[in-house]
Amino acid sequence: MLASTKVMTLVSYWAVISARFRSLLQYRSAALAGLVTQIVWGIIRVMIFQAFYSSTTTEQPMSGREVETYIWLGQAFLAALPWNIDTDLRSLIRSGGIGYELVRPVDLHTYWMSRALAWRTAPMLMRSIPLLVFAFMVMGMAPPATVAAGAAFMISMCAAIVLSSAITTFLNVTMLWTIAGDGITQLTFGLVLIFSGMLVPLPLFPDWSQPLINAMPFRGLVDTPYRLYLGHIPASDLPQHLAHQLFWILAFVVAGRIALSRALRRVVVQGG
Amino acid sequence: MPQIIVENLVKHFRVSQRDTGVLGALRGLAHRRYETVKALDGVTFEIGPGELLGYVGPNGAGKSTTVKVMSGILVPDYGRCEILGLVPWKDRSRHVRHLGVVFGQRTQLWWDLPVIESFDLLRDIYRVPRHEYVKNLDEFVAVMDIESCLDTPVRQLSLGQRMRCDLAGALLHSPKLLFLDEPTIGMDAVSKVAFRQFIKRFNRERETTVILTTHDMNDIEAICDRLMIINSGKLLYDGGLDALRQQMSFERSLVVEMTDAGSPQVHPAAQLAMMNGRRVHIRFDPKQISAAALISDFTAHNDVDDLFVEDPPIEEIIARFYEGNDVG
Repeated sequence: MLASTKVMTLVSYWAVISARFRSLLQYRSAALAGLVTQIVWGIIRVMIFQAFYSSTTTEQPMSGREVETYIWLGQAFLAALPWNIDTDLRSLIRSGGIGYELVRPVDLHTYWMSRALAWRTAPMLMRSIPLLVFAFMVMGMAPPATVAAGAAFMISMCAAIVLSSAITTFLNVTMLWTIAGDGITQLTFGLVLIFSGMLVPLPLFPDWSQPLINAMPFRGLVDTPYRLYLGHIPASDLPQHLAHQLFWILAFVVAGRIALSRALRRVVVQGG
Repeated sequence: MPQIIVENLVKHFRVSQRDTGVLGALRGLAHRRYETVKALDGVTFEIGPGELLGYVGPNGAGKSTTVKVMSGILVPDYGRCEILGLVPWKDRSRHVRHLGVVFGQRTQLWWDLPVIESFDLLRDIYRVPRHEYVKNLDEFVAVMDIESCLDTPVRQLSLGQRMRCDLAGALLHSPKLLFLDEPTIGMDAVSKVAFRQFIKRFNRERETTVILTTHDMNDIEAICDRLMIINSGKLLYDGGLDALRQQMSFERSLVVEMTDAGSPQVHPAAQLAMMNGRRVHIRFDPKQISAAALISDFTAHNDVDDLFVEDPPIEEIIARFYEGNDVG
């Protein structure tokens, strides 16, 4: 009985993910524009690093070709980063339509995280597949180092998307306080950009900063899966890195749940 | 056994105030002033199963606040609220399973998706058994005439179509309670009439308890058995529409179609209000002269083709009710 209730509950959340996913797939022109932008940015970033590598004489922690592949992975999966809040939720909160979210017989945090999962995957999938094809065919992006590296990358990438969704959900919850949500989003975006490895691959950061970067949650979004792909982190080290990702997923979920239950006690539904 | 028990409900909001102009804005940065708005100031009522209740009041009277508390969206500062034995904001998830809501001006359907996909999603969220879902959907589609809307994205529907779909969506899980918050706002006359009929029908056939907040007194007049009036967070009236009429309407009108134009002879207890060709409006207070007595007196002294007695419009009664209570 309990098990079947659980299954039914999962059906509810799966339905939310799939509906959100389908409605996001309608934004095809945004995806196309994003694709072009990300290719151009990718080329620029690759050129910057090529210039840097051709002028350096010291041994770097990553090879030039590794960095290029790292960059193309980043461009392909950019949309999976927790870089913005769910605009639909924002308009619901501003208009008072949030009332409908609160009269559903579901756990609100899980419900919103389901939305976030779709919000992080649908635009990412639309952009990443053509972008990866382009990067392989034209830009000489490298395949995964080994089969094991590829598998480890896939697992870690899934965890990265869940982590991103947990952070996004946390950001969405903060909107119940701030209504706009712009400030905290920009702050988070800055942190994510720098400390995930999106701007500069994390191994290239100074040695003294490595312990700090390692402790922070953001490397689980970009650096961990990409280095597994490159074999820069051996596939056999997957468990400890996955544990880091899972720890931060849990942390953001717990924080999001606490923030949400506090917010609901004081929420004023706009209008009326 | 009442389904809904609300006792001495109190909810205050703190609203931040700002002085006008640049200086005011700057002052607001340093020191914020708050004003307390008493949205609910001790509201008490009970609602039995299957009632169809109209809930009216001017803007900001506390209607929507009451509905939000009953939906589990808002936590009151004080007071008791029990619905089907559950406290809405404490047992939110269990409570809302029996609840359908329609907030006018907002939709619960997914903007970018065809209506049917929103319905399927609601089915999964409420875990409606498949046979019940199919049965409900078939009935709603037939009764509300929304067959053609099902494959259309919500953003492309007209308001009347959208509200019908919204109502259908709110009823898919066969809720025991239906809260409608200003559902007819902005609808054209035909859509309104149809919408009211659906509500009445579901209320009767399924014994769904319906609470309808509205500004449109015709909504109330057309379908509600019971009326609650709220103003400034206080319940001013709770009872039947006819009882309110009797309590409030001092004056009724006798409208007569005379055989010939000319000054009619009117009973001294009544007064001639308006003459328009052969049509004459006579105003009278039922406490001084009954409609029957006035009619027999009038037809004895004048030649009459046709006549009928008119009640003052419900808007007027309610407006007078607000005024009376503001002064009192």
